Amino acid sequence: MSSPQHSPPLISLRQVHKRFGTGAPVLQDINLELASGEFVSLLGPSGCGKSTILRLVSGLEPASSGEVRAPALQGGDAAQTAFVFQEATLMPWASVFDNVWLPLRLQGVSRSAAAPLVRQMLARVGLAQTEMAYPAELSGGMKMRASIARALVTQPAVLLMDEPFAALDEITRQKLNSDLLEWWQRQRLAALFVTHSVFEAVFLSQRVIVMGARPGRITAEVTIDEPYPRTAAFRNSIDYARACQALSQALESAHQGEVAEP
Amino acid sequence: MSSRVWPGLASLILLLLGWEVLVRWAEIPSYTLPAPSLVARTLVENFSSLAGSWWFTLKITFGALALACIGGVLIAAVFALSPPLERALFPVAVILQVTPIVAVAPLILIYVESTAAALLLCAWIVAFFPILSNTVVGLRAAEHNLRDLFRLYRATPVQRLRLLLLPSALPYFVAGLKISGGLSLIGAVTAEMVAGTAGRETGLASRILEASFRTETPKMFAALTLLVATGVLIFVAFNALSRVLLGRWHASESGRID
Repeated sequence: MSSPQHSPPLISLRQVHKRFGTGAPVLQDINLELASGEFVSLLGPSGCGKSTILRLVSGLEPASSGEVRAPALQGGDAAQTAFVFQEATLMPWASVFDNVWLPLRLQGVSRSAAAPLVRQMLARVGLAQTEMAYPAELSGGMKMRASIARALVTQPAVLLMDEPFAALDEITRQKLNSDLLEWWQRQRLAALFVTHSVFEAVFLSQRVIVMGARPGRITAEVTIDEPYPRTAAFRNSIDYARACQALSQALESAHQGEVAEP
Repeated sequence: MSSRVWPGLASLILLLLGWEVLVRWAEIPSYTLPAPSLVARTLVENFSSLAGSWWFTLKITFGALALACIGGVLIAAVFALSPPLERALFPVAVILQVTPIVAVAPLILIYVESTAAALLLCAWIVAFFPILSNTVVGLRAAEHNLRDLFRLYRATPVQRLRLLLLPSALPYFVAGLKISGGLSLIGAVTAEMVAGTAGRETGLASRILEASFRTETPKMFAALTLLVATGVLIFVAFNALSRVLLGRWHASESGRID
């Protein structure tokens, strides 16, 4: 088991329920823990409340009942938690540099004081040459790299990612998956990664939490007991294929009896 | 650039040539339709007297536009901050917008003693609504994920306004400005027409009226030419401003074929 059960969890959800207004429950009885430095994926179909869990953990939405403990909710430093959305969500009127500077700028760090850190992050994500470019001038993959650089620039303890690579082509996606693991290991942050791709979840995660829809609930948890660094060779290994198969089965049994979405 | 300008310029030259030829060939008297060459000559000969009126109209136009920008943006910001206030005051703005300015201008001229101030007010009423309504929409147009991001990093209201809401509203404001630029000229000229030739200072519209009383048709055309030139200048200037402000990032400008 790679999950470091002995250390106190950085994030925990206990018996969390969530509904919007008087609508049907979106999340039901969610119990989930994430240790410092752990990589966990949430896997499930659209509408199963995966993204809502990220919003609860980031403090963007309150839980209807139950307990959510996360750095973003404990008053401390706002920059402890970073969020990467499905779209790159860059400010189109600002250069790549200014976009990455934003989280520091909001904390009152001047442009010149932030510059070394911003440039270091841009170099890390491979955008050193494009700091003065505008988002409209970048490809989809480069935009997402800028978005990740913005998330990492505050050296957060928690990185929340909401299907960040879903809109990218397969080659770009695989490259970003490999790079993401490298950045994650380097910064030792806890990552909660939402995806609906079995292959992506297996490649990235130490644990995969499988969710079902209507209402959103956790139906299984699969541990991917493979060492890091995971390289392209891992994708071609028998172990990877076996893990994908096991996870697919877990996903399938989670949805037995459910009506397929239109 | 040139490939965009030449077709328009060529059709304009052809139009003027056709007009000149028609007037000469059909021997149309100048008090009915002066030839473009005569209009140009009249413009040059009367330029010193027309220039003063032109300057007056320009002052009213740009004064009204500046006030429309300030008023429109400030009121939009207030509306964005306070929806109840918006619900209370937006109908007033709509009434101002839908009332034909020709119909209220005589009243304004009665209530406001200074003719220049009355003209300014008329032009402002016409010009401010597009800026107001566009900026109101623009201030609400910030992408919801970016709003979330600003919340996540606990941005202050001032940071949110300066770094997120105002830049998001800029393309909308610029679109409003392009409309209001033309409208403020129309508002100024309409109000001048209603005011007639009263007052010490008079604008180009008053000169057109004055010339029409004397059947000085070439002079009417000369003043009209200056008005058209002003309108075109405003259009070109605001399109250039839009390119400078939005060129590198907004689809309305970056999608332009050069």
